[in-house]
Amino acid sequence: MRLAVFTDIHANRQAFSACLDFARAHGAERMICLGDYVGYGADPEWTVETVMGLVADGGVAVRGNHDHAVGEIAETMSAEAQAAIEWTRGRLNPSQRRFLADLPLTLTEEDRLYVHSEASQPSKWRYVQSTSDAGRSMLATGADITLCGHIHRPGLYSMSATAKMSSFVPIAGVTVPLLRGRRWLAVLGSVGQPRDGDPAASFAMVETASREITYCRVPYDVAAAAKRIHDNGLPPWLADRLWVGK
Amino acid sequence: MPKAVQRFAVKPGAEIDGFTIGECVHNGGMATLWSVTRADIAVPLLMKIPRVSEGEDPAAIVGFEMEQMILPRLSGPHVPHCFAAGDFARQAHVVIEVIAGQTLYGRLAGLPLPYEEARLIGGRIAEALEDLHRQNVIHHDVKPSSIMFRPAGEAVLIDYGLSHHNQLPDLLQEEFRIPYGTAPYMAPERLLGSRDDPRSDLFSLGVLLYFFTTGVRPFGETETMRGMRRRLWRDPQPPRKLRPDYPPWLQEIVLRCLEIEPVWRYPTAAQLAFDLAHPDQVNLTGRSERLRRDPLRTVWRRRFNGDVTPSKPKAELAAQLASSPIVAVALDFGEQAVELNEALRVSAQRILATLPSARLACLNVLKLGRVTIDRTLDEAGNNKHVDRLVALRHWASPFKIDESRLTVHVLEAVDAAAAILQFAAANHVDHIVIGARQNSLLRSLLGSVSAKVAAEAACSVTVVRPPRLAAPRDPANADAASDEVPV
Repeated sequence: MRLAVFTDIHANRQAFSACLDFARAHGAERMICLGDYVGYGADPEWTVETVMGLVADGGVAVRGNHDHAVGEIAETMSAEAQAAIEWTRGRLNPSQRRFLADLPLTLTEEDRLYVHSEASQPSKWRYVQSTSDAGRSMLATGADITLCGHIHRPGLYSMSATAKMSSFVPIAGVTVPLLRGRRWLAVLGSVGQPRDGDPAASFAMVETASREITYCRVPYDVAAAAKRIHDNGLPPWLADRLWVGK
Repeated sequence: MPKAVQRFAVKPGAEIDGFTIGECVHNGGMATLWSVTRADIAVPLLMKIPRVSEGEDPAAIVGFEMEQMILPRLSGPHVPHCFAAGDFARQAHVVIEVIAGQTLYGRLAGLPLPYEEARLIGGRIAEALEDLHRQNVIHHDVKPSSIMFRPAGEAVLIDYGLSHHNQLPDLLQEEFRIPYGTAPYMAPERLLGSRDDPRSDLFSLGVLLYFFTTGVRPFGETETMRGMRRRLWRDPQPPRKLRPDYPPWLQEIVLRCLEIEPVWRYPTAAQLAFDLAHPDQVNLTGRSERLRRDPLRTVWRRRFNGDVTPSKPKAELAAQLASSPIVAVALDFGEQAVELNEALRVSAQRILATLPSARLACLNVLKLGRVTIDRTLDEAGNNKHVDRLVALRHWASPFKIDESRLTVHVLEAVDAAAAILQFAAANHVDHIVIGARQNSLLRSLLGSVSAKVAAEAACSVTVVRPPRLAAPRDPANADAASDEVPV
């Protein structure tokens, strides 16, 4: 089965629409959402409704820290993120808020684990930025393949049978085999707020039978997404960073 | 950790993933090779099965994983065709076509080889490396036992267990703190941990060429890290010291491949293949005449100043290849060619200015008559071929580029376009720059050379015209469109 995996959508309707179109055109049969549907962007209602629709159609979704923050007063967020969350909270209706609050932190399917941040302590929202972070997560799960996001920069880690690590920055459009006999942790780039210097929306497709992953980059209408942020009075930097992917 | 899995018993008659096992043809340290068959595949096949039991070298597993990722993604005549790959979940294996014959290892007893034979072998290996590098792979284990030849002559590189794919995870990079490879052939930068420089393969080919033409390995057979590290500061004995008749062009090529700093080697395998194909055009520098190694002063400086540390930002393999193209400029020296050749020079200059590792091949076609018997001498008794070579060099002299980046070629042919196309294909030319014939009468009589080249070349072609002069107005046809006829 061909999965399309999305994370860190951040209420960016234009980016998420472009990725969904791209995924469907490339034969995605099932949609996996790894959290952070809201925050930063100006279309939280549409985004949450869309994720709810994907789940109703047989997809799955887990909870990210921004989704979590909608129901909590988070202490660890930046001022801009906090402002966006408070704005978002007022926009979502009770059933949308309920949907986010009820999402699981992790979900296991066959040999795959879905989690927003990493597997060792999913509720601590730790970033995977090194082979040791990745190794800690891999040792905390029985799944061969972990798919996660949170850091907004794509990365692919593997652990050999002798617990040696490798790390790799995946190249868009190049299919990488996730060899059996080793464990893999795929950090996906962000759909709605890429931070690796490339403003194009980022997601990945996974072919479960052949165990292959392909990271994808999709250009989208940044101007429209930025305008929505400005029009709704959100911090302007949240719009500016979309242009540069930072 | 991988779960315990049931493995197949590998023995003659057994079946693995649809392949029937035949006899064991090789029992090596890292893997065993079995002759296998499958009903729907007519060519002879080999199954390679890694040794993975307890206590085996982990390099055998990781090397096999690399091969399993890389081999199915390669194509072309210079790699063994891969038919199937099985992973460690069941029985790890790869199934490849059998390449008939022996590896180059079989030639070791007969070294040194004649220079001409070594040149041809080296050229074929360089072409194979060029093809591999274009597929984003650095071989990292170029040595006689990794090289075979197809009946048509193409070199085939086998064994990808140490290779690096520029677009796939490098499982060897972080697995082993010590560099894995074959010590006598390993490039110095590999000892410093670099695995992403395609010029490491050119160094190994230089070792092979040195060995095959002198009978001596340039850095000996040392296997210790300490012994290997000497090549970071100590250059090998020049081949001429070992064999006084060693051709200067060959020493130039071999010592350039063996430069300690990758940046002083050939920028691409294609450029090395080019020099091996045109020994008379090799630009001879001080390297070609050298009779002794670098003075100790130089060696000490390298060793203790650490100025040979080839630390560099991670190079994109494709970007490096793209920055070092072979550009061929086709020139005509007929009447009216002055303006056109000036325009060609401007175009070529722009290309060379942006690509400091590009090399320029200047071509001229000496037309042979279809029926007449050609004379080498013109009416005044001058040698036409030599005259053209002189004219080509003269045309290129304003570039003031390093001689090692410039070659001139007079092609004798009946059909100019065919000769240019053939040269481009044989020499892996990346870009042809050619002028459009301006004289429309001549063009209508002879057909357009540039049009044929542009239509049929396998590489990019730039068609150049001199700056356009205002077209003479034809009062009878004032509304006609400008004569921008496609060439």
